[in-house]
Amino acid sequence: MEHITFLVAVVIITALAFDFTNGFHDTANAMATSIATGALKPKVAVTIAAVLNFAGAFLSVKVASTISGGIVNEKAGIQPSIIFAALVGAILWNLLTWLRGLPSSSSHALYGGLIGATVVGVGMNGVNFATVLSKIVIPAVASPIVAGLAAWGATKLAYRLTRNTDEKTSDKGFRKGQMFSASLISLAHGTNDAQKTMGIITLTLVSAGALHKGATPPVWVIASAGAAIALGTYMGGWRIIRSMGSGLADIRPPQGLSSETAAATVILTSSSMGYGLSTTQVCSGGIMGAGLGGRNPRLNWGMARRMVYTWGLTLPAAAVVSGLAALVVDQGTWGVVLVGAALVVGSGAMYLVSRRQPVHAGNVNEVTPVDATVAAETVETVEVTPAGTTTTPTAASTTVAA
Amino acid sequence: MSMSIKWAALAQTAGVSFAVTVAVVTVFSVGVLALSRREAALEAGQDGAPGAGAGKGGLALASVCFAVCAAVVLYGLSLIAG
Repeated sequence: MEHITFLVAVVIITALAFDFTNGFHDTANAMATSIATGALKPKVAVTIAAVLNFAGAFLSVKVASTISGGIVNEKAGIQPSIIFAALVGAILWNLLTWLRGLPSSSSHALYGGLIGATVVGVGMNGVNFATVLSKIVIPAVASPIVAGLAAWGATKLAYRLTRNTDEKTSDKGFRKGQMFSASLISLAHGTNDAQKTMGIITLTLVSAGALHKGATPPVWVIASAGAAIALGTYMGGWRIIRSMGSGLADIRPPQGLSSETAAATVILTSSSMGYGLSTTQVCSGGIMGAGLGGRNPRLNWGMARRMVYTWGLTLPAAAVVSGLAALVVDQGTWGVVLVGAALVVGSGAMYLVSRRQPVHAGNVNEVTPVDATVAAETVETVEVTPAGTTTTPTAASTTVAA
Repeated sequence: MSMSIKWAALAQTAGVSFAVTVAVVTVFSVGVLALSRREAALEAGQDGAPGAGAGKGGLALASVCFAVCAAVVLYGLSLIAG
């Protein structure tokens, strides 16, 4: 019993940590183009996004009753240890992609983590691969393309309609509109993603017997999940904001409005149809479309390619890391401690590497992409040895990080 | 493992998303256009009468456009909360 309580506590803390990384990873989705076009000042943008993410958490607990939407068989064997391993993989992948300034899907990282940990902990039959294909893979491929096409068409029309107006006046109008479209994305994000964390904590409490089966999330769970995602959002994943706002294309206000409207629409239509798509991919697709639909169509194809590769890698990479973590966690309490330590060390190391080339509110609109070579060396340390054999260069920095 | 991918539902979602996006941005752009026409008219009409009428019409059109966009945003909010 003592062992279970310890694990449950660890899972809750890790779930909130994931929620935090989810927040700062995804600030860019709603706010990158608003910051790039000057519709909102960087600090104002992250504050609005944080408040709306927090508010969004309280709007609905509809999807919090399931964490995976049928991807893994939750009745068969979702143990707290599997959830813990899944979260570890998701957090590490989120931090690694943040370090490299790449917008990747937090949801895919979590799903990948759950799949990897379930395959190791329960077996292949614990995962419903048909659902993975129809609910995740196909929407993941289709949604950025739809958002991109819609943003492209909308941008073309917006420019065409306002071609004879004074650009200063019309830009002012489009910037105002961006405040609403960006806010809608933030709110939808808070509702969707905070619910995932609530779902994880609630299911963990149920499996530990602290809540009865089918219970809705208690208020403290809703509030802490909302607070964690809001805090993460406020911290602002400035590296990713820079990549999305300035790294892909030179986004002007009509393009910003078009891409945000496309993203908000695709997210809301798809989620009401039951597709669990990635906010990140939809928003990036919208920005790419808007970039190509602009007055002088230009897209940084190198950056676009890196993003698409990252999207493809997210699910399998998180699955591998979580699978390894599940192996170690299965060994008992010392395994949990070891994986937890690896998570802290890995996260701390990536934070320290990020300090070499900091991106913040003050320099977020510069076009220089975050240097991929600086991060390249950590890719190896973290990806290859996720489950813990602490490597020497990172060990030295743990005291600072913790 | 039975595969039942509902292509029709996917296509419908895609089509609706595309149509709504283009429609909303178009209406918003017309609003922006009307507003900037109004400003131009007001500037031109400062010493003569003819500008005032165009200014009023522009304001009315812009108001309708932005009201339509606001309604779409409210509908979006209801989808989020629902």
